[in-house]
Amino acid sequence: MTITHPLGLQPAERAVRLLGGDLTETALRLHLDGLTGVDAVGLEQRAAGLSTRSIKTSSKAWALDTIIRTCDLTTLEGADTPGKVRSLVAKAITPDASDPTTPSVAAVCVYGDMVPYAVEALGSRHATGGTEGIQVAAVATAFPSGRASLAIKLADTRDAVAAGADEIDMVIDRGAFLSGQYGVVFDQIVAVREACIRPDGSHAHLKVILETGELQTYDNVKRASWLAILAGADFIKTSTGKVSPAATLPVTLLMLEVIRDWHRLTGEKIGMKPAGGIRASKDAVRYLVTVAETVGEEWLTSQLWRFGASSLVNDVLLQRQKMRTGHYSGPDYVTVD
Amino acid sequence: MSRLTVPKTYKLYIGGKFPRSESGRTYEVVAADGAFLANAAKASRKDARDAVVAARAAVGGWAGATAYNRGQVIYRIAELLEGRRAQFVDEIASSEGVSVAEASAQVDLAIDVWVWYAGWADKYAQVAGNANPVSGPYFNLSVPEPTGVVAAVAPQGVAGGSLLGLVSVIAPIVVSGNTVVVVADERAPLSAISLSEVLATSDVPGGVINMLTGSPAEIMPWLAAHADVNALDLTGAGSIDGAKGETWVDLQLAAAETLKRVVAPVAGIPRPALERITAFVETKTVWHTKSML
Repeated sequence: MTITHPLGLQPAERAVRLLGGDLTETALRLHLDGLTGVDAVGLEQRAAGLSTRSIKTSSKAWALDTIIRTCDLTTLEGADTPGKVRSLVAKAITPDASDPTTPSVAAVCVYGDMVPYAVEALGSRHATGGTEGIQVAAVATAFPSGRASLAIKLADTRDAVAAGADEIDMVIDRGAFLSGQYGVVFDQIVAVREACIRPDGSHAHLKVILETGELQTYDNVKRASWLAILAGADFIKTSTGKVSPAATLPVTLLMLEVIRDWHRLTGEKIGMKPAGGIRASKDAVRYLVTVAETVGEEWLTSQLWRFGASSLVNDVLLQRQKMRTGHYSGPDYVTVD
Repeated sequence: MSRLTVPKTYKLYIGGKFPRSESGRTYEVVAADGAFLANAAKASRKDARDAVVAARAAVGGWAGATAYNRGQVIYRIAELLEGRRAQFVDEIASSEGVSVAEASAQVDLAIDVWVWYAGWADKYAQVAGNANPVSGPYFNLSVPEPTGVVAAVAPQGVAGGSLLGLVSVIAPIVVSGNTVVVVADERAPLSAISLSEVLATSDVPGGVINMLTGSPAEIMPWLAAHADVNALDLTGAGSIDGAKGETWVDLQLAAAETLKRVVAPVAGIPRPALERITAFVETKTVWHTKSML
């Protein structure tokens, strides 16, 4: 078992391009520790400023539909059953049975062992490679703690991919990251990314969960975002939703700034997924404003932006119903989750 | 040396807190003789919406409390009112333009109404419920249960009613375990605001009674059509005149859309009556096997 990496890291295309051919822990550390520090006060003030926009009428209607369209409808409970996953899928396809104009969500997000039930329930609505349809996302790598050996994490990932998952939400090893072993975290992400490759050569999209609630500082969030992107993440994601604080607007803004910088540097577009704690449409709209103002409106598609949420959709539906009928709706008119 | 007066600007009472109106609006409350008394918050439809959310959140705890406990909590309101009667007498006298003796009599009546309804808390079920005879070895029990969130209008501009009218509307709603969003007397809201302050320091859980000040004609259409409101008490809505000429009948029509219970307007102040309690309960009938001895 290798704990340190004196000889170098696993090759990852992006990191090799940025840091040079012989990828070493030192090179990685020099890069990550050399990132400029985050102005925490400025960041929070900017996020607060972005929260003051008033989004009304047709803009609000567009925002509400965009929230649904970019939502990963999630159930990650120990008590999940195939039946619960099936009803989640039904809701993902038809969020509001009283209004057929309601768009479907982007994906359902479940534990790895629930993937076959989600795939089966989706049937022809399951996205197959293209942009139409609903994706199945699976959390893997000993979610939510990430405390398991690499072999287990890889088996967990392969299992979910083989079962038909289109997207893998992995957690980073926060313990290794916080104790400065960036190479360990890097290698694990690279290995999981390889485990996402299907026999036909295509690969499941990899979302890397930083669990920002455990990273203590904004500087760490920035480093972890860079680390995940360098190691090959398709998406970076704030949280598991099992740790408080989960997604916050400042953290999301900071991660979007890293994505913006990466795009300016390389032209590549990395996706972003805030998850956990976003329950009100009003909050979600603030995230959309932040995306549009930081990386641009072209990020507001399900290929580059997701909300990880379980109860957010219900609140959005209540708002949609209010806009459609002209009177306030209530929880009796949406599903009980 | 003369002292600067401190003109008060009162706030709403929603979910056990005192927020300003979301709209930022206020209106002047004047005495019967036209003198300035205070500023009150002018609630908007969004304040009404927030109040319904708070009221809904409070239903579980309040309806789930034992009837005996609810009776105690309501009786405690009467005790607190007794302790602060001087303030209520003063406010009623100035805003209604009545004598101190008349204002005092109104406060007495309001306290009596609280006590009267408090007593019903653990007794109305005996009157409104029943053990039904059935031909089999079963108990068949009909039990009244609270209906949920009730939106209410306190009597508007009724002489001798700025406190008594409000209490006569709220008390029968909450005694059975409902929660209430009530729009106070638009022109004489000071008693309602002071009552909110009493409630905030009483044992009534936050969100059980939510007090809005402002225009019933503006707020009530939103509450009447709100899909998360279970019943509508139009006691004080008889003279309502909306921006588009809506009357209380339009409120009733809007309420029918979501099958709400509706109590029609009352002229003057409603008298304490068991019917006001049973108007906001629904009967649940359950079968249960008798034990075989």
